Amino acid sequence: MLGPHHLQHLEELKKLYPTSQALVLPVLWMVQEQEGYISKESMRYVADLLSVPYGHVLGVVTFYTMFHQSPVGKHHIEVCTNVSCMLKGAANIVRHLESKLGIRIGETSKDGKWSLAEVECMGACGGAPMCAVGGEYHEHLTTQEIDRLLERLS
Amino acid sequence: MEPVILPNIKNLHTIEVYEAHGGYKALRKALGMKPEEVVEEVKKSNLRGRGGACFPTGLKWSFMPKKTDKPKYLCVNGDESEPGTFKDRQIFEFNPHLMIEGTLIACYAMGIKTAFIYIRGEYERWIRMVEKALMDARRRGYVGENILDSGFSTDIVVHKGAGAYICGEESALMNSIEGERGYPRVKPPFPAQYGLWGCPTTINNVETISNVPLIVSNGWEWYAKIGAPKHPGPILVGVSGHVKKPGVYEMPTGVSLLEIIYKYAGGVPDDKKIKAVIPGGSSTPILRGDQLEGVCMDADSMKAAGSAVGTAGLIVMDEDTDLIAVLARIAKFYHHESCGQCTPCREGTGWLEKILNRFVRGEGRKEDLDLLMDVANNIEGNTICALGDAAAWPVQSMLRRFRDEFERRVLSRPVEDLVA
Ligand SMILES: Cc1cc2nc3c(=O)[nH]c(=O)nc-3n(C[C@H](O)[C@H](O)[C@H](O)COP(=O)(O)O)c2cc1C
Ligand code: SF4
Ligand code: FES
Repeated sequence: MLGPHHLQHLEELKKLYPTSQALVLPVLWMVQEQEGYISKESMRYVADLLSVPYGHVLGVVTFYTMFHQSPVGKHHIEVCTNVSCMLKGAANIVRHLESKLGIRIGETSKDGKWSLAEVECMGACGGAPMCAVGGEYHEHLTTQEIDRLLERLS
Repeated sequence: MEPVILPNIKNLHTIEVYEAHGGYKALRKALGMKPEEVVEEVKKSNLRGRGGACFPTGLKWSFMPKKTDKPKYLCVNGDESEPGTFKDRQIFEFNPHLMIEGTLIACYAMGIKTAFIYIRGEYERWIRMVEKALMDARRRGYVGENILDSGFSTDIVVHKGAGAYICGEESALMNSIEGERGYPRVKPPFPAQYGLWGCPTTINNVETISNVPLIVSNGWEWYAKIGAPKHPGPILVGVSGHVKKPGVYEMPTGVSLLEIIYKYAGGVPDDKKIKAVIPGGSSTPILRGDQLEGVCMDADSMKAAGSAVGTAGLIVMDEDTDLIAVLARIAKFYHHESCGQCTPCREGTGWLEKILNRFVRGEGRKEDLDLLMDVANNIEGNTICALGDAAAWPVQSMLRRFRDEFERRVLSRPVEDLVA
C-alpha cells in the first residue's frame, strides 16, 4: 500500500531502530501522509508490514490525537483554545470560524472541503490566538485575518 | 547580558553561519577531553534542567553506568506541550545546531551511540528544519561514524510525536519511541538503569542540551556566574497572555517577574493591573498579581513564593480576567491528557473539570470548595507520574490564593430553589 518512496525511507529507518515495533509511529505517519487518514485496513497492513499484532496498532492509533481514523476536510482547521489563546479571544475565533464555515467544532462540511477541530496548546502561545490549517501555523489571528485566510483557501 | 542561546545573528540556523560564529568548536574541545571531565564540567556549572523540574544535569548524567554491555541512549525532549510553553521551538528554528552540538557532547560524555530527538507532531515545520540541520551536520562529519576523526561515533534520529501531552513525561516518551501508547512507567527503576528497550537512558530537555556547548566552550566558571548562583545560566522565558509584547526572551535566571513583564514584554495593555500570573507553564501554582514584588525567575525564589520555574512559560492575566474560567480550562486540559492508568488521575481530573464548570456557570455550591480541595489533595502524590500533581497544583493554589473569586461564584440560594 505504501508508495516506493515511503518503503525506501522505511528501509533506512530499520537501520536506526533496534525493534520493528518502534517503527509503528513513523509508518503510521507515512500512511496518514499518503492516505489522509488511517483506516482499519491500513492498520492491518501496518501490522503485517511490521509483524506486530493488529490490536497493538489499533491501540496506538486510538491513543494519539493526531492520527485520524476517518477522513478530515481538505482544509483541516485546528483552533487552540488553551489558556494563552483563551485570554486573547480564542472563543471569538471559534465562533467566527463556525459561522463562516457553517460547521461546528468536530464537524466536516458536506462538500468535504472544511473541517474544524478544537486543540490543546500548540506551542504558539506568544502568537495567540492561533490556529493551524493543514498543519501550517497562523498566529495573531483576528476575524479579518480569518476572512482573508478562508478566501485564500477557497 | 547578550543572548547566547538565541543570539541575534542572521541565518544562524545554517551550518555555514553557525560555524563562522564558532559553532562545533565546543564539540572539538569536548572530544579532546576525557568523557568524565565533560560530565564534571557540566556538574560544576550547576546547569539545571529546563524541562520543568530544575534537576541538576551533571548529576543526572553521572547516574549513567560506565561499565555495561548494553547500548546507552539519550532522548532529547522536544515534546513541548505544557500550555504556555513555546521556547524549544525557537531553538529548532533559530539555533538548531546548538542543540545538535549539545546532543553530540552529551553523547560523548556518557558514551552514548544513539540519540533520539523527540519532537511533537504538531511541529512538522520545525521537524523539517531540524532534519535539514542534521543532514548538514552529518555531511560535515559532526554526526555519524568516527566524528572528526576522534574514533567516537554517534547517530541522531528525529522521532515525531503524534499529539499527546503525556509523551513529554520521560518514561511515556520512551514508550512512545518504542512504538507503544504513551503510558508513563512506574519508577523505580529509573531510566539510567532501565530506559529505552531496557537500556541505560538519559532524558534532557532541548534547552538544557543547548546550554552544554556554551559551558564547554566558555568553561563552568563563566557559566556558574550568570544569574542566580544556585540555578545559573541563561534561560528562555516565554511570555504570553495580557502583555503588550508577548514572545520568548532570553535572560539570566533570577530576573524579577515584574521586570520580565514590564521591561521585556512591554507591560499590560491599557495599563491594567495584573490580577494573577502562572509563572512556569499551566501546571505551576498561580501567583497573585499584588504579591509579585521580589519574586524572581529562579528555583529558590519561586519556591519561596509558593510556585515553581517549571518551563518558564509565564502567563499574565489582567484585572478583568475570569480566573475561574481559566482554571476550568486548565482542568479540562489535564482531564483530556490523562493517560488513564491511575484511578486518582483518570477520575479526579474529570471531577475537577466538572465541579469547576459548575462555578463557571455560577452554580457552584459552598461545599464544592472543600470538595475541590479534597479531590486535588487525593490526586497529588498518588499517581504513577507527575501529571496528577500538575493537575492538582493549579487547583490547590487557586483555592488558597483566590478564594474570594470562588466565593463570589457560590450560589447564594440552595440549588433546590433554583430548580424550583
Ligand atoms: C506530564 C508531563 C509532561 C512533561 N512534558 C515535558 C516536555 O514537553 N518537555 C520536557 O522537556 N520535559 C517534560 N516533562 C519533564 C520530563 O519528564 C523530564 O523531567 C525532562 O524532560 C528532563 O529534562 P531536564 O532534566 O533537562 O529538564 C514533562 C513531565 C510531565 C510529568
Ligand atoms: S498520573 Fe495520570 S497521566 Fe500519569 S500515569 Fe497516572 S493516569 Fe497516566
Ligand atoms: S495556548 Fe494556544 S498555542 Fe499555547
